[in-house]
Amino acid sequence: MSELWRSMPWSARIGLAGCAFFAFLALFADVVAPFGEREIVGDVWQASLSACEGEAGPGTCLLGTDNLGRDMASRLIYGAQTTIAVALAAGVLSFAIGMILSFTAAVVGGWTDQVLSRVNDMLLAIPTLIFALVVLAALPQTIAILIAVMAVIDQTRVYRLGRAVAVDVVVQDFVEAARLRGEGWGWIVFREILPNVLTPLIAEFGLRFAFAVLFLSTLSFLGLGIQPPEADWGGMVKDNKDGIIFLVPAALYPGAAIALLAVSVNLVVDWLLARTSSLKGGRG
Amino acid sequence: MATSIRPPRTGLDPVLALILQRIGIGFGLILAISALLFLGIEALPGDFARNFLGQSATPQAVANIRAELGLDEPAILRYFEWLGGVLTGDFGTSWANGSSVNEQLGKRLANTLFLAAVAAVVAVPLSIGLGMLAVFFRDRLPDRLINIVSLIAISMPEFFVGYLLIFFFALQLGIGDGPPIIPSPGASLWENVQLVFLPAMTLVVVVLAHMMRMTRASILNIMQSAYVETAELKGLSPLRIIWKHAAPNAIAPIINVVALNLAYLVVGVVVVEVIFAYPGMGQYFVDAVTVRDMPVVQACGIVFAGVYIVLNMLADVGAILANPRLRHPK
Repeated sequence: MSELWRSMPWSARIGLAGCAFFAFLALFADVVAPFGEREIVGDVWQASLSACEGEAGPGTCLLGTDNLGRDMASRLIYGAQTTIAVALAAGVLSFAIGMILSFTAAVVGGWTDQVLSRVNDMLLAIPTLIFALVVLAALPQTIAILIAVMAVIDQTRVYRLGRAVAVDVVVQDFVEAARLRGEGWGWIVFREILPNVLTPLIAEFGLRFAFAVLFLSTLSFLGLGIQPPEADWGGMVKDNKDGIIFLVPAALYPGAAIALLAVSVNLVVDWLLARTSSLKGGRG
Repeated sequence: MATSIRPPRTGLDPVLALILQRIGIGFGLILAISALLFLGIEALPGDFARNFLGQSATPQAVANIRAELGLDEPAILRYFEWLGGVLTGDFGTSWANGSSVNEQLGKRLANTLFLAAVAAVVAVPLSIGLGMLAVFFRDRLPDRLINIVSLIAISMPEFFVGYLLIFFFALQLGIGDGPPIIPSPGASLWENVQLVFLPAMTLVVVVLAHMMRMTRASILNIMQSAYVETAELKGLSPLRIIWKHAAPNAIAPIINVVALNLAYLVVGVVVVEVIFAYPGMGQYFVDAVTVRDMPVVQACGIVFAGVYIVLNMLADVGAILANPRLRHPK
């Protein structure tokens, strides 16, 4: 483990530290946040530390208040919880769907593969945001539906990668040997294919998660994602955007939080991808 | 859209046959997506009339609305009616205010394409130049710097970039205009270009990093190929290697990168238009989605998807035309 840490470039270490920081905030939001998610602590868009003087100890109200006079820093921390939880759920679900379908296509082959791949091609040809907006216009707005829509749209990317790497491995001699030995599907997938494609898949999962964070935030910003009063970063930008004109930077903080989280994940993914391509000898 | 590069077996010239095949696939896709947009939505749970009325949805009101909007006819019939309208350039009328969708669509599409074009004029040369610079200084400081900066740019949501630019440029420095940005038809082209400075810059920042990374990767891929290595080992001068061996093969991927990102630009415009309150297709679309005005949603959806697919198709056709292996078959 410590060897792995030593072999990491500084950029990947920063990325990992960033991920750990946000994970910590999300997990212990109730303990870390100085105020409640919906607690009104002062006037609208107060900028300085004086916002909640006398109400709590020093170190609170770091970033002032939001458009309803709620503590910005606390809402950012609760927002980390909501945003990360929903994005993670969408990421895991899309990854699971994409993996199951792509491995089925690669192992079974034939017509199953053809049908799945052509349907996937068609879904890939529709721009994601447009697709999501059309579907969300027709469906009721709940978090479960939001997660499902994000996952179904995003699994197309997972499918494409999963099928490509699995097809590469399926034709190897050791898989053929396992087949001739009479091993079942489960063995072939979990003992022969999966161990050989693990690193690119982990990197892909990171990419999918980063994409889900950005996508969810964009939907919330447009008013079609997570609904208020729940704190989530994209929605917080939407709530506070009118303050920008009055030089109130409140809308910039949640935006910066989204960017920081996505940068952290991308830095780790970048290192993982560099590692896989160097395993293949650098060519391709 | 990964399909094989094997030309179909016809008497035609193989390049022409391949191009015709791509165009056919493109139009087939648009048709399939129109069906998905219309019938797929129909199959989803939830009733438009009920959603539309919200709290005041009594059974009688729902039935009235359904009859008024023609929702009591079978879906497949309405799909073909709608498709016929779209093919003849009639997108129907909005449910929200009963106005013609065409009128709005024409005006707004022009605004959106103008914004995207201004952004593309800046982003395309800049990204190809920077991508080549990164390959030239590969694994040295400029390359690493470009890599880190583009990684950060990819990680920033569009609205963050947009508000950052408004906050620091428009409000602190007084460069460019903040929202709302409404281009006037009477003003000169240059005045309108100046007006959309900040939204166009937002789009440039968003798309530049993607384009640059793709340019870098595709040129790097060529520079690491066996034939370039052979040319190097033969002792050819670097200029000759780039000009005679690498460049002809690099055109296809670069055309691809440009067209793919133009497609991305046209879609990325949705969020930017909302930030800057710019009267384009994107804002029209988002507003319609919020009030569930389905004729407008479907019209915008099919136009956006159509532009995206046509640009993707052009990328494929350009890559076929520029590929020396396809132009000079053995």
